[in-house]
Amino acid sequence: MSAIFVLIGASLIVALGFLFAFLWAARKGQFDDTDTPSMRILHEDRKMAENGSDKDE
Amino acid sequence: MDRIKYDNRIVRDFAMATSIWGVVGMLVGLLAALQLVDPMFNLNAPHSTFSHIRPLHTNAVIFAFVGNAIFMGVYYSLQRLCKARIFSNLLSRLHFWGWQLIIVSAVATLPLGLTTSKEYAELEWPIDIMIAIVWIIFGLNMFATIMKRREKHMYVAIWFYIGTWVTVTLLHIVNSVELPIAFMKSYPVYAGVQDALVQWWYGHNAVAFFLTTPFLGLMYYFLPKAANRPVFSYRLSIIHFWSLIFLYIWAGPHHLLYTSLPDWAQSLGVVFSIMLLAPSWGGMLNGLLTLRGAWDRVRDDHVLKFMVVAVTAYGMATFEGPMLSIKSVNAIAHYTDWIIAHVHVGALGWNGFLTFGILYWIIPRIYNTKIWSSRLAGYHFWIGFLGILVYTLPMYFSGITQSLMWKEFTPEGYLLYPNFLETTLQIIPMHIIRAVGGGMYLTGAIMMLYNLLKTMKQGSLIADEEVSVSPMMPEESSKDKSHPGWGHRWLEGRPAQFTALTLIAVTIGGVIEFVPTFLIKSNIPTIESVKPYSALELAGRDVYIEEGCNNCHTQMIRPFRSETERYGEYSKAGEFVYDHPHLWGSKRTGPDLHRIGGKYPDAWHYAHFLDPNSMSPGSIMPSYHWLARKKFDIELVPKMIGAMRTLGVPYPDGYEERSIRHYRKQANAFILELKNSNIDADAESKMIALIAYMQRLGKDIKGQATDLSETTEEEQ
Repeated sequence: MSAIFVLIGASLIVALGFLFAFLWAARKGQFDDTDTPSMRILHEDRKMAENGSDKDE
Repeated sequence: MDRIKYDNRIVRDFAMATSIWGVVGMLVGLLAALQLVDPMFNLNAPHSTFSHIRPLHTNAVIFAFVGNAIFMGVYYSLQRLCKARIFSNLLSRLHFWGWQLIIVSAVATLPLGLTTSKEYAELEWPIDIMIAIVWIIFGLNMFATIMKRREKHMYVAIWFYIGTWVTVTLLHIVNSVELPIAFMKSYPVYAGVQDALVQWWYGHNAVAFFLTTPFLGLMYYFLPKAANRPVFSYRLSIIHFWSLIFLYIWAGPHHLLYTSLPDWAQSLGVVFSIMLLAPSWGGMLNGLLTLRGAWDRVRDDHVLKFMVVAVTAYGMATFEGPMLSIKSVNAIAHYTDWIIAHVHVGALGWNGFLTFGILYWIIPRIYNTKIWSSRLAGYHFWIGFLGILVYTLPMYFSGITQSLMWKEFTPEGYLLYPNFLETTLQIIPMHIIRAVGGGMYLTGAIMMLYNLLKTMKQGSLIADEEVSVSPMMPEESSKDKSHPGWGHRWLEGRPAQFTALTLIAVTIGGVIEFVPTFLIKSNIPTIESVKPYSALELAGRDVYIEEGCNNCHTQMIRPFRSETERYGEYSKAGEFVYDHPHLWGSKRTGPDLHRIGGKYPDAWHYAHFLDPNSMSPGSIMPSYHWLARKKFDIELVPKMIGAMRTLGVPYPDGYEERSIRHYRKQANAFILELKNSNIDADAESKMIALIAYMQRLGKDIKGQATDLSETTEEEQ
């Protein structure tokens, strides 16, 4: 069952990596604003063209 | 304002790849499904036989269909979320063609039987290396794009993409540690229980981090875009990500409940699997509630229809998953069609329908047109949706029916259905309906491909989409005293924390470093009578892997009376210490084989492999007649034995040198035995090796292992 050490080790590396990523993100203020990001993605950089045709419309 | 160009060509390329490979993967699935109705659909060739194409189907669907869909969605959304063009055109090209090359290699090798036998990691070592390289190219391209983003905040989808990349990298590396023996042949360094544990740690996380987290990222981007309203709760999406990522990686052992895996590891898997219900449903509800107040649009908008079914399927599959991880439920469901139904709710519903929704949304956009026919897309939705129901419902019935038949006893205490075949014949009608459901789903995918091609024809690709975006504000100085940055300066002021972190880092390094020692040590047999396989039996084991027998037969008898009555003593961890790889299997389309040795005479096996129907009338096992004709490459045997010794299998000294001699000697004994039944067999044929392996299975704990010592050889 020593393979469990590989898996626990590997899993811990991932978990710790993500823990630090989380701490980094929290300190950088990534999670300070939980409202506008969800609105912001809706903004299109480009206007959708109206040409082309849906033959069923 | 910066003028930049988004790369849409790479998005289009991956979109086409996912559509085409999707159809191919489903077609192979249909061919496999038909063979579970009647084996004649194997077209009488090894390359199209179920046991060869089942891994092709799973790999095509997971890595070709879903894989390309991930890349399509990531390349589209990442550029827009980062307000930056993808980092490098060259890396994008390399990524695209590299990935297609991997898929083509899979198509070229798996049907030939070039496989490691490990589920969802069947590809052999050269392809494993290729996967690692292409995956790193993808990572470079992605991280470099994130680095040059013009939007300080990283939208939650990006977190899901990063989580996916990091974890898949690690999973792939740990699970692919194997010892190459020849081009396209290798043995894993892990054996038996350990190999099974590593395999399902990987296998489960492949589901988690290849089929789930990237698709959740896509959901969080494309569902709000398609509905044109923000996600229900952005805060919940962040909690969803972090809780999921910390829980998922421990759930793997739920694939090994009631096996020889130590109980504590099983329990660990169960606990984490049940906890997973919370973040999964949080995410599912977050997706569905995004549509609050817009449900009327689902009636007309084919994109939203697909996405709603996808998210609902995610919810159902992630409810079912934790339930299946409860031991008493698992006791019924494991090894049956129930699991096939479960994964297809995920694959057809969640992955398939989200991919279709995204394709219908993206293609008209990057071609600057509208969908060619929204009515055809609507038909696709209905035929696909009904296809999922027609596929999964009979499989639930089939799984539960067969499981209950396996477990049924007469009042006198005998098995009511002692003949396994009876339970197979009972579910054939369900398999027919399942194939119809799969056919419906495939038809829908072909309709989509046609619709998309027509859409592309009426529009024109905006290969480089020019947009103006505002540059990022310079970051505030992190040297502000009240808000210390997350840098070395912060650590330097805190010796205790610094020491602790160093300790953790070193411990992890140490664990990784000492593991090989542990592995060798653990190969000391725990059951005295368990011995290494003889040269002939090891060759037979390779034939077993090559022919993909493990796709339909398990080698793991669970400690239930219904199983010990049917198959013999339950399987013990110590019996598998020389099994590189383990061959426990995960599905019983046919009976378990762990104690098959000595149950039938050699001639029975010979006739059965030539024509299973001659020995078990009505059997859906196909004929493996080519085994009698094809020869095993005996020259490879010393190398195989040497590799096993390197991995810690204690062969007697010098066995490599006399392995070929011993191979022939043991094979000739089988030939003589078969002669008594008037069968003229070829001693070098794969058939003899496979029969030798069959006859060895389960013998060790009875103290009947093959003697490999030199003295017995001289006596005769």
